[in-house]
Amino acid sequence: MITIKNLHAEIEGKEILRGLNLEINKGEIHAIMGPNGSGKSTLANVLAGNENFEITKGEVNFEGKDLLDMAPEDRAREGLFLAFQYPIEIPGISNNVFLKTAINELRKYHGQEEITPKEFLELIKEKSSLLGMDSSLINRSVNQGFSGGEKKRNEILQLLMLNPKLALLDETDSGLDIDALKIVAEGVNRFKNENNAVLVVTHYQRLLDYIVPDFVHVLYKGRIIKSGDKNLALELEEKGYDWLKETEAELA
Amino acid sequence: MEEKNMKTKKWYSQNFIEFEKKLNGQAGSEFHKVRKSALSEFENLPFPTLKTEDWKYTNIKPILKQNFTPAQNAAPVKVTKELVSNYKMDGFLCDYLVFVNGIYDKDLSCLSEAAKGIIVDSLGNLLKKNSDLVLNKIAKLAEIENPFNALNTAYAVDGTVVYVPKNVVVEKPIQVIFLNGSDDENVLITPRNLIIAEENSQVKLIFNYEGISSKPYFTNTVTEVYTSKNAVIELNKIQNEDNNSFHIEKTQIYQEDGSNFTHSSISFGGLIARNDINSMLDGENVECNYYGLYLANESRHVDHHTFVDHAKPNSVSNELYKGILDDSGHGVFSGKILVRQNAQKTNAYQSNKSVLLSPESQVDTKPQLEIYADDVKCSHGATVGHLDDEAKYYIRSRGIPVELANSMLITAFANDVLENIKIPELREKLNHMIFEKLHRVEV
Repeated sequence: MITIKNLHAEIEGKEILRGLNLEINKGEIHAIMGPNGSGKSTLANVLAGNENFEITKGEVNFEGKDLLDMAPEDRAREGLFLAFQYPIEIPGISNNVFLKTAINELRKYHGQEEITPKEFLELIKEKSSLLGMDSSLINRSVNQGFSGGEKKRNEILQLLMLNPKLALLDETDSGLDIDALKIVAEGVNRFKNENNAVLVVTHYQRLLDYIVPDFVHVLYKGRIIKSGDKNLALELEEKGYDWLKETEAELA
Repeated sequence: MEEKNMKTKKWYSQNFIEFEKKLNGQAGSEFHKVRKSALSEFENLPFPTLKTEDWKYTNIKPILKQNFTPAQNAAPVKVTKELVSNYKMDGFLCDYLVFVNGIYDKDLSCLSEAAKGIIVDSLGNLLKKNSDLVLNKIAKLAEIENPFNALNTAYAVDGTVVYVPKNVVVEKPIQVIFLNGSDDENVLITPRNLIIAEENSQVKLIFNYEGISSKPYFTNTVTEVYTSKNAVIELNKIQNEDNNSFHIEKTQIYQEDGSNFTHSSISFGGLIARNDINSMLDGENVECNYYGLYLANESRHVDHHTFVDHAKPNSVSNELYKGILDDSGHGVFSGKILVRQNAQKTNAYQSNKSVLLSPESQVDTKPQLEIYADDVKCSHGATVGHLDDEAKYYIRSRGIPVELANSMLITAFANDVLENIKIPELREKLNHMIFEKLHRVEV
C-alpha cells in the first residue's frame, strides 16, 4: 500500500527524518514507537502533507502514486487519513457541514454522486454511537469546546466517516483515560479490514494492548533501528529506550 | 485644500435655499430652526484632516472632491417592490420601512396597525404632525462634533422613528431598508433616525443601508437611541453601500439604570465608511454591547470609532470588532472607554481582531482607556494575523480544497461576532454575504 524509501525531512533547517524506510501492505497494522523527538510525529505529518516540513531526499509511493507530489487534500482523496495529535477547533463550522463537505469532496474526486442528507444522517448516527458520542454533537462546531478526549474521539469519528485506505494515528492515546482509550481502539478495530491498513504512532505500549500490531518499529533519531512483532512493544515498555542508543551507535 | 473645502461648504449652503423651498411650508416649523442652526455650524466647523486626532487614519478628501445633490433637491428615483424584496428578510411580512435616498416611501413599506401605543413611522410624517415626542427628543442627544454631523442635521427631513411604550415587548424585529443612489446624479442622503424604548420595554431593529446605483453617492446618517430604565434594544446595522459610495454614520446612545443595549455593525460596502458609535452609560447595572464585523477588500476603507462613557457605578460594557481585509483594503478601529470617578465597579472590555488575506491590506487600531475610578476591571486587546496555517492544513487533510478551507476559516473568524446576532435568518444571510462580497467560495 505504501512504500517509504530513504526519507529525509527537515524543519527550519533541522533534519528530523534521516533515511527512513518502511513498507506497509494492506491488511496490516504497524506501530511506530520511539522516544520523544525521534521523529514519530514528523513522519505522520510528512505523509499527510504538512508544509512545515521540507523533504530533502527519498520517495514515498502510495497505491502506485508519488505521494510527496500531492497536495494534502489530494492525499486525503487518494485514501490517506491522519488522526491529529492536536485536532484544531473550527468555530462556526458544524461537524455536520465539515464532514459532509469532506465526504462530498472525496466522492467528487472519485466521480461519485454526492451523499444524500438521509444517507449522511444514518452514517453519522451509526458511527457516532459506535464511539459513544452524543448525536447532538453533529450540530456543534468542529472540536470547539471539546475536551482532549472528545477531540481524539472526534478524530476517530472522522476516520470512520471518511473510511480511508491508510489511517495514520498520531499519538491518539495521549491524554486519554483508559475508558476513552478502549473506545477509541474499538473504533479503529471496527475500521480495520483486509483491504486497508493502520499506522499507529505512539510513545507508550498501552494502546497496543487494544490495537494489536502486526509489526512494531522503533524509530530513533529519524531512522528505524529495529523492527519486530508485538512483543517488541512489550520489551520496550519493560526496558525503556536507553538500550536503543547502543543499537543506534552500532548501526552508525 | 482650504479653498476646496470652501467650495464644498458653499455648495451645500447654496443648495439649502432650494431645499427650504421644497419643504413646502415646513420651513417655518420649530424643527427648521434646528436645521438652520446646524447649517451655520456646518459653515463654521473645519473639515477634519489627517492631523485631526479622531480622523488620523481616514482621509475624507475623496468625499469633499465631489458635489452631492441633497436628495430632496434631486430627481426622485423609482424603486419597484421586486427590488425591495431582495433586501427584505425572508419570512418578514411586516414591519418594514423603505427609504429611497433617505426619503420614506409609503407604498414600498409595510406597517402593521400600531398596537399598544407603539409608534413606527417616518420622521417626515411625524414632523408634519408636529409630534411633541419627536421635537422633545430629536437632535438633543447627538452633539455636532464635525461638519458631517452638522450637514445631516441641516438636511434632516426624514428617517425612522420607533417609540416603544413602557412594559411593551415588540416580538418581531422591525426592519428599515435604506435604498441609496441614483443613476441620474450624485446624491447626498441624510437619514435621521430616532429610537425610544421606554421603561422595561424591548425592541429589535435591523437597519439595512443598500446601494442601488453605482454612481457615487454619499450617505450621511445620524441615529439617536434612548434606552430607558430596564429597556432592551438590539440594533443591527448592515451597511452594504455601493463600492463607489461614501458612508458616514453617527449613532448616539443614552442608557439608564438596568438597560441593555446591543449594537452590531456589519460593514460590507462603501469606498470610505466611517462609523461613530457612542454610548453614555448614565445609570447603574447597565449592559452595553458593541459588535462589529467589517470587510474591506479592493481599495475600500472602513473605520469604526467607538466611545463608551461609564458615568455611574456597576455597569458592564463589552466591545468586539473583527475585520477581514483583502486586496488593498484598509480597516481602522479606534475605541475609547471613559470611566468617570463615580463609576466604581465598572467592567469594560474591548477587543479588535483583524485577519489580513492579502499582503497589501492594512489595519490601524487604537485603544484609548481613560480611567478615573479605582475599583474597575478594564481590558483591551488587539490582534492582527493571517488565516492559521495549521488549521488550514487540518481541514485540507480531510480532502477539502484550499479555497474552501480558507472560507471555513473566514467563517470561523467571523463567528464570534455573528453568533451574537439573535435573529437566525439575518445571521445566515450575513454569512452568505461575506463570501459574496469577498468573491470567495461559500462553505
